[in-house]
Amino acid sequence: MKFWRLPLDAEAHSIPQGEVRIIESRCKGCGFCIEFCPNGCLKVSKRFNSKGYHPPELVFQAEDCVECGLCTLICPEFAIFTQLKEPKKITEEDIQRVTTRFSRKDKRYLRR
Amino acid sequence: MKVRLRELQPFDKEAAEAAIKHDHGLHPHDEYLKPGRIPHIWCPGCGLGVVLTTFIEAMRRKNITPDQCAVVSGIGCTGRVAGYLNMDTYHTTHGRAIPFATGLALAKPDLHVTVFSGDGDLFAIGGNHMIHAARRNVNLKVICVNNFNYGMTGGQVAPTTPLGAKTSTTPRGNAEPGFNLPHLAHAAGAVYVARWTTFHPRQLVHSISQTFDKTGFTFVEAIAPCPTGYGRPNKLGAGLDEMKFYGEHSEIRNGAPPGDAEIELRGKIVVGTFIDVDRPDFLTSYNSRIVSAAQAKGKQKEKVKIA
Ligand SMILES: Cc1ncc(C[n+]2csc(CCOP(=O)(O)OP(=O)(O)O)c2C)c(N)n1
Ligand code: SF4
Ligand code: SF4
Ligand code: SF4
Repeated sequence: MKFWRLPLDAEAHSIPQGEVRIIESRCKGCGFCIEFCPNGCLKVSKRFNSKGYHPPELVFQAEDCVECGLCTLICPEFAIFTQLKEPKKITEEDIQRVTTRFSRKDKRYLRR
Repeated sequence: MKVRLRELQPFDKEAAEAAIKHDHGLHPHDEYLKPGRIPHIWCPGCGLGVVLTTFIEAMRRKNITPDQCAVVSGIGCTGRVAGYLNMDTYHTTHGRAIPFATGLALAKPDLHVTVFSGDGDLFAIGGNHMIHAARRNVNLKVICVNNFNYGMTGGQVAPTTPLGAKTSTTPRGNAEPGFNLPHLAHAAGAVYVARWTTFHPRQLVHSISQTFDKTGFTFVEAIAPCPTGYGRPNKLGAGLDEMKFYGEHSEIRNGAPPGDAEIELRGKIVVGTFIDVDRPDFLTSYNSRIVSAAQAKGKQKEKVKIA
């Protein structure tokens, strides 16, 4: 479905934005945060941390983090958390993106 | 050949403390964790850390400070929780978390006493304590982390291991069916019974924070992956695969009769909040029946003396 204009009440709403903080030395590379982040903000990095695991890192769509807090909650190692940034005004681009969002299993997702 | 030994370095306490200071406090949950204890001993992909995080999150949500709460745990991987939380905690002997916590809850009725322990600790060696504490409705919050085996001692069969599951002591598959823990807790008399998996951290936070509002014996079962003890022999893969497995196989049915929550190997797992009732707790009925009767008798005697 494609929206042809911004909803009339768009001014009244905003998108929360989170800043992801990763304490790399604590991570044991279980991958929970990477797999379950609903917006696909994280990926496995190629680096090793001091324990020899691959910690997560942010992908290029990192501005997609909506500070839902799931990564904080699901990380067993207390290695990742988010902080709320200034909320973002809704733009037409956001509406198009949300309404044409591909599932994470879809190859087109990453090209988005 | 002459063996040259490296000179032993004395333990540098200052440097160790500086390292603790450097690392502690980086995460918002660190105020609930003992300085210097993280990283914990749990395997990569183990679900125990998730359950600990949800417990801390529930405390934060209910604005419960560490001095209003005490945690008692038994022996096992889950029992290590007592060592990580920065509050009054006690790591009891195997299976005796509930008796210790019962004493604590009766002596300090304002304290939120939580028992955090494994399925083997609570239902094998500690099974009798568990059912009788539930029957008496002692004011305890029990969080049972169920990983279907004895994780710490090397993945032996536990009373929760499903029929047919392989463990290190049942290499050809378990010949016995496992307990249905919510059903058992309900039948024994718990006033709040819920089951979630670590795939449902938000629901787990919600359930644990609900138990902070209840008086009486509450029981929350958290099914957690144990890739080392249970995942490997049963070919469930790494911790992440086991998480996905629990996600795909669980069926949320709030209010379902706990009898329906039987777990089968590779079968569906019914999760949800099953029971939420109210019933006078042990201390209340003890005070109203025994203590007040004794006090009344004492007053009568005094009157006789005065006359
Ligand atoms: C009296 C006594 N018997 C046996 C043991 C050995 N033991 C240590 S941990 C454990 C099992 C713990 O299993 P569980 O409660 O499921 O915890 P998990 O490690 O799976 O989290 C056993 C049998 C012991 N420590 N003390
Ligand atoms: S807060 Fe939510 S959206 Fe942001 S990285 Fe964590 S899981 Fe993803
Ligand atoms: S959930 Fe935590 S331990 Fe696991 S990969 Fe993410 S940051 Fe690392
Ligand atoms: S043995 Fe199992 S329960 Fe124990 S730390 Fe490892 S994965 Fe967790």
